[in-house]
Amino acid sequence: MQLFPCPFCGPRPETEFHFGGEAGKTRPEPAPDVTAADWSRFLHLNRNPKGETKEIWLHLTCHEFFLLERDTATHAVLGARSLRKGEPAATAASDGEAEAHTPETTFAAEAGS
Amino acid sequence: MSSRRLGPLGEIPFRFDGKSYFGREGDTLASALLANGVSVVGRSFKYHRPRGVFGSWAEEPNALFDVTAEGRTTPNARGTTEFLRPGMDFRAVNAWPSAEHDRKGALDRLHRFLPAGFYYKTFLWPDWARFEGRIRAMAGLGRLDPDHAPPADVAHRDAACDLLVVGAGPAGLAAAMAGLRAGKRVTLVDDRPMPGGSLLWRPAIVDGMPGPQWAGGAVAWLRENGARVLLGTTAFGIYDHNLAALWERRGKEPDRLWRLRAGKIVVAAGAIDRPLVFPDNDRPGVMLAEAALAFLRQHEVLVGDRIVVATNNDRAFATAAALAKAGAAVTVADLRQKGPPAPQGVSLRRGVTLEGVVGGRRVEGVTLGGETIEADALLVSGGLTPSVHLFCQKGGKLAWDESLLAFLPREPIPGMVVAGAANGRFALSDALAEGHRAGFGTGDGPRAHSDDETYGIQPAWPLENAKGRQWIDFQNDVTLKDVALAARENFRSVEHLKRYTTLGMATDQGKTSNLNGLAAMAALTGRSIPETGTTTYRPPVVPVPFTAIAGRRRGEFFNPARRLVLENEHRALGARFREYGGWLRPAWYDGDDGEQAIQREARAARDGVAIFDGSPLGKIEVMGPQAGALLDFNSYNTISTLKPGRIRYGFMLTESGVVYDDGVTAKLGDDHYIVSCSSGHVPGVVLRLEEWRQDPFDPANVFVHNMTAQWATLTLTGPQSRRVAEKLGLENLDLGDAALPHMALKRGTWRGSPARVARVSFTGDRSYEISVPSARAAELFAAMQEAGKAFGALAMGSEALLLLRAEKGFLIAGKDTDGTTMPHDLGQAGPRDKRNGEYAGRRSLFMEEARRPDRRQFVGLASLDERPLPTGAHGVERAGGKPRSVGYVTSSYWSPTLSRPVALGLIERGFSRLGEEIEIFHLGQSLRARIAPVCAFDPEGKRLDA
Repeated sequence: MQLFPCPFCGPRPETEFHFGGEAGKTRPEPAPDVTAADWSRFLHLNRNPKGETKEIWLHLTCHEFFLLERDTATHAVLGARSLRKGEPAATAASDGEAEAHTPETTFAAEAGS
Repeated sequence: MSSRRLGPLGEIPFRFDGKSYFGREGDTLASALLANGVSVVGRSFKYHRPRGVFGSWAEEPNALFDVTAEGRTTPNARGTTEFLRPGMDFRAVNAWPSAEHDRKGALDRLHRFLPAGFYYKTFLWPDWARFEGRIRAMAGLGRLDPDHAPPADVAHRDAACDLLVVGAGPAGLAAAMAGLRAGKRVTLVDDRPMPGGSLLWRPAIVDGMPGPQWAGGAVAWLRENGARVLLGTTAFGIYDHNLAALWERRGKEPDRLWRLRAGKIVVAAGAIDRPLVFPDNDRPGVMLAEAALAFLRQHEVLVGDRIVVATNNDRAFATAAALAKAGAAVTVADLRQKGPPAPQGVSLRRGVTLEGVVGGRRVEGVTLGGETIEADALLVSGGLTPSVHLFCQKGGKLAWDESLLAFLPREPIPGMVVAGAANGRFALSDALAEGHRAGFGTGDGPRAHSDDETYGIQPAWPLENAKGRQWIDFQNDVTLKDVALAARENFRSVEHLKRYTTLGMATDQGKTSNLNGLAAMAALTGRSIPETGTTTYRPPVVPVPFTAIAGRRRGEFFNPARRLVLENEHRALGARFREYGGWLRPAWYDGDDGEQAIQREARAARDGVAIFDGSPLGKIEVMGPQAGALLDFNSYNTISTLKPGRIRYGFMLTESGVVYDDGVTAKLGDDHYIVSCSSGHVPGVVLRLEEWRQDPFDPANVFVHNMTAQWATLTLTGPQSRRVAEKLGLENLDLGDAALPHMALKRGTWRGSPARVARVSFTGDRSYEISVPSARAAELFAAMQEAGKAFGALAMGSEALLLLRAEKGFLIAGKDTDGTTMPHDLGQAGPRDKRNGEYAGRRSLFMEEARRPDRRQFVGLASLDERPLPTGAHGVERAGGKPRSVGYVTSSYWSPTLSRPVALGLIERGFSRLGEEIEIFHLGQSLRARIAPVCAFDPEGKRLDA
């Protein structure tokens, strides 16, 4: 089970999270100006990269949506960032809570692999 | 049979295959049987060959038992890792009536007809069904008792540590002590109940103490200084981000399962002795040399009087010396030309070939270089195979070490290091030093002296040209000939070899067989061992009971239902409960006859008044300046244009345009709304609102609060509902129709608590949904019943409500809609055609698929056969002879109000086919139905104000 860093709650098991989508997708609107192809692309097409990716995840217990950078092949977690304006970026590797849970900083170690 | 125990046999009674024996405290089932001189402890999987104890721990392939103790039967327990308890009764698996005399023993003579890939070659269409039953009856090992459900008593624990050390042998103990001294939070686990690992049987002095004493002292010191030491605990899997799964056995106490998140993991899991491959190498009495030494040192069991030790390495010499010292006549058959001198009292033959075993049910002689010598035990040592399972599970790669003839970890991986014998450090002093360093140790670690620091292994891989049947995998009955057959039939990849021959696929996971198997395949295909490679290591390292994996999540804890605050009050009224949308709710009241109760409750609601607990209905409060805008985006229907105090019904769509949920939203003010979605969709609706609240809306200007559990909602419905509501004593709240018309909401107080009354109707009759804080729910429920007595009020369960709404054609999202249903399929095309501004799913409503003329549309279905249409039955069209589905029945009931069946369905082009008859087909039966408007009762809605 992976350990994901919620920027607000610290590291938590992945079962507490829900996938929100790939980051950087903008909802095309207004609807009358959007072609069927563009809408279909928004709904159905993803990059699904093997390797590093940026995704939106939801922490189900605090309801916060945030940006998670991770590697889909190694499962290394590269960092997490709040999406709120004016909030400091929090990353797993530098998160004090994460340190308390895993002093060997699994994330940082695996990120470097 | 005479005792093979050097001291007293023991006083713990037990039974095996129906016979009584005695064993000692600390005995495993295997050591107890060996002590009693039992040589045949099981029958092999395929050929039913007699088998004896072969190993001394997790590697054991033969000694599998169905064990009954304290009223609990565990199938397929490994006799070498299961400890003896008084009164245990166990049987050999795969043998009847006993392992010694097995009726299927003759199968061995049919071995020519049971080749590798037997199933693949046998279960061919069309004949397979003829013999499937008989073959299935013969397959498998232990027997499950279908009537016996073990208790759900295994607790799951989550924990974390800085350093997890797997294995409390010399390397592991050194690592754990070093880690603790370095200030780490340390957890040390070992699957044996005693610490020490190989020190428990291999003679050694560590830090001036005998091995077992040093190990015991080390564990005591670790515990005193704050380390967590879990003995009898197997680390069976390593998962993402250094999560270790630990299975802890605690004797008579229930097992425990740990999910341990470790900063660093030291794998010091040791190594396992390898069998030698020669004809009839599976006979009872052939045993791993390391195992025989373990039985001698740990259990005072001497496995034979005349013992041959066959080996290709130095380590078996110390074993031979120990056995000779214990009183056996020992011959070392060294397959090498050179080696250490013969230990005292041991005769030595060098450069011999091992040609076979004499004897069927026990070893009677051993053939060495053409000469048969009398023997009652043949111990084999083909070299050590490091236990690298956990390292490989975590993605570590192996490299072949030509001098040790073993696969070793190629390079460390982040978060894990392998130390000791598991890393090829077979000499004790090397293992201690490496463990010390792995645990962050600096300077010198524990110092050791032992006699067997040399190894000197020479290859002794299986040779194809040898005569007779030579076993590679004992548990799954895979011989060298099967490997050769797989090679001939081109299943040459190790992964194909494994699946084609089942080599390594038994419950021992090939701990003794994998390397010999791939070495044989390498030789047969002219490749090197590293070129041939290993199969993938996957958890679990050893079989783990399902009871441990499942833990307490069984029965009602498997997927716990949400409970109503009024559950006890409903039970007092005789409610029968069922799950609806994750909630346990009254289905009906007062009686086992559900049909009758449902009709009675439905009639009460139509004729007088009924009380319904609607507490699970969503109560999501959306607040802030952007509340209206957020809800407009969330909803298909515009919400913000409501007047304060008014309620609107509408849909929520997914971005694909599909109806996700329906419900009503009340506006309290421009910055305060209450979304009342359906019970099962509350968490989902909260999250979709949160998603858009945080983007693109401004989370500082709109807030979403799920207040569903904080408020209880009790509904009065029926023509008399207003008169009951008026008697409740609601204050600061005008119940008159002018002040509170249909689809309006008023706030007031009830007995000092805030209260809300909403006129929303899911029955089609005048209704009052009255919400109070959950703590007042029981009081309000009692007050309603009291006030309702004069009007014959009945409590109504969910089933009657479902019936009443079906009479009205009110849909249930997810029951009367499916994953393709769009709002215009439900007759709600208005917002699509007229609404400006964005809302979820809008663009999808204009896609080609959404505009198809042949979409399935929501209609009523009037049965023409006097009986209700089966829910799920399909509408069928037979144009051109071939039947084709045109949709299906989504809801169907007997209506007591109309005295006829009512049904709803999604039918192709339904709106334009009102009045048409269609065929309804269900399980081979054809019925007729007429397509009708969805609303079968009071289509003008007069009863809302009656």
